[in-house]
Amino acid sequence: MAPKSCALCKKARAMLKRPKTGQQICRDCFFFVFETEVHNTITEAKLFSPGDRVAIGASGGKDSTVLAHVMKTLNERYNYRLELFLLSIDEGITGYRDDSLETVKRNQQQYDMPLKILSYDELYGWTMDAIVEQIGRKNNCTFCGVFRRQALDRGANMLGVDHIVTGHNADDIAETVLMNIMRGDIARLGRCTSIVTQGEDTIRRSKPFKYAYEKEIVMYAYFKKLDYFSTECIYSPDAYRGHARAFLKDLEAARPSAIIDIVHSGEAFEVREEVKATQKLQQTCQRCGYMSSNTLCKACTLLEGLERGMADAGITDRARKRLEAEGPAPENLRTIPFFRPTTTPGSAASTVEVAI
Amino acid sequence: MSSPTPPTIRLQIEFSGGLELLFSHTRKHTVNLPSTVPNSTRPADASYLILYLRDNLLKERPELFEEKGTVKPGILVLINDTDWELEGEGEYELKDGDEIVFISTLHGG
Repeated sequence: MAPKSCALCKKARAMLKRPKTGQQICRDCFFFVFETEVHNTITEAKLFSPGDRVAIGASGGKDSTVLAHVMKTLNERYNYRLELFLLSIDEGITGYRDDSLETVKRNQQQYDMPLKILSYDELYGWTMDAIVEQIGRKNNCTFCGVFRRQALDRGANMLGVDHIVTGHNADDIAETVLMNIMRGDIARLGRCTSIVTQGEDTIRRSKPFKYAYEKEIVMYAYFKKLDYFSTECIYSPDAYRGHARAFLKDLEAARPSAIIDIVHSGEAFEVREEVKATQKLQQTCQRCGYMSSNTLCKACTLLEGLERGMADAGITDRARKRLEAEGPAPENLRTIPFFRPTTTPGSAASTVEVAI
Repeated sequence: MSSPTPPTIRLQIEFSGGLELLFSHTRKHTVNLPSTVPNSTRPADASYLILYLRDNLLKERPELFEEKGTVKPGILVLINDTDWELEGEGEYELKDGDEIVFISTLHGG
């Protein structure tokens, strides 16, 4: 086949077909349009204000590595005046997270950003290795997901940042839309496409890659020769997401715009007021002070189950009742340190130990 | 009387994004591929390469690499650093010295 020239600059040789538009473009034009689209996403949603302290949730994987690179590039190019940090959660998974954290440590050097690593062990007294040893490989993703969400908020609070950005891309969001439809989870369906989420006292979270295709993120990393880590979590079956993902990839192969179309469909859903009214009000966890929809937050419930040797207490109602029947939590139960949100951004920063 | 060895083309193959785990945990391979598809006159193309790699180089879980005669959806292919979607995908006729990269996008970010 004769080489085609780039649809944008008309000069260089096209090296990539954009899944979103079908355009055939060269490497330099690709870098420029990819970065510009992320910039447009950021400015249209007014994600940041000058002076914001922003933590990039960094796993060492492709999405967060590309996000760190693009955030740094855009912050300099458009003078956002953001203070950028890397925030990593160490779940304590030998042979997986310890290796990927090495990648994050290299990113810290490459991008010249301070790095904070917060471990499950430090926060909860349990590593995922220890949890899996106790509970086996069923439901371990529930523990990991609940613990990670709270750990990210707490890590951000320790850094004294205003905002966490994560590398969730258009494929991830389309997948989540499909999963919420298949589960009939209307409340989550209504909010899973929001670019920004913020609870009562939690830190703002956003997804600058909301409209970025995974294919383009991977191509960007490849062409820029970015250093990222790619191994599936050794404990992750996550079969349900796997099905949604395989289905989505089949749709994309037949019609590449399917991914962005599903994201747009998700955005267009409006949750009726009666449905919203059934959702629980947010409160604060009595035990650890983190936001919760019950008197105990999900992480405290899961942790209590682990500590009392009834790990499924946080998973099913029946097991929860069995735990309650055994009496109140013992006095000396290990708990999560009480959460005190930083009131003035930046005030906690001086006390943070930044990992080298 | 031994039959002459069929002519081959030499290719540089690279696996990344987690695919290397299926190929002896090794990212870079040199492959000598028959220059025509056996028992036919069809020149070796990218589709043939995928089946050849599955049958000769892959060590585990073939369903994570090949599906319905092509790569599993979600695997990106680059031919000499160009998206194979610009090169005719499976119909691309391989040349001696070509560099083919397979990247899985299916692993977490």
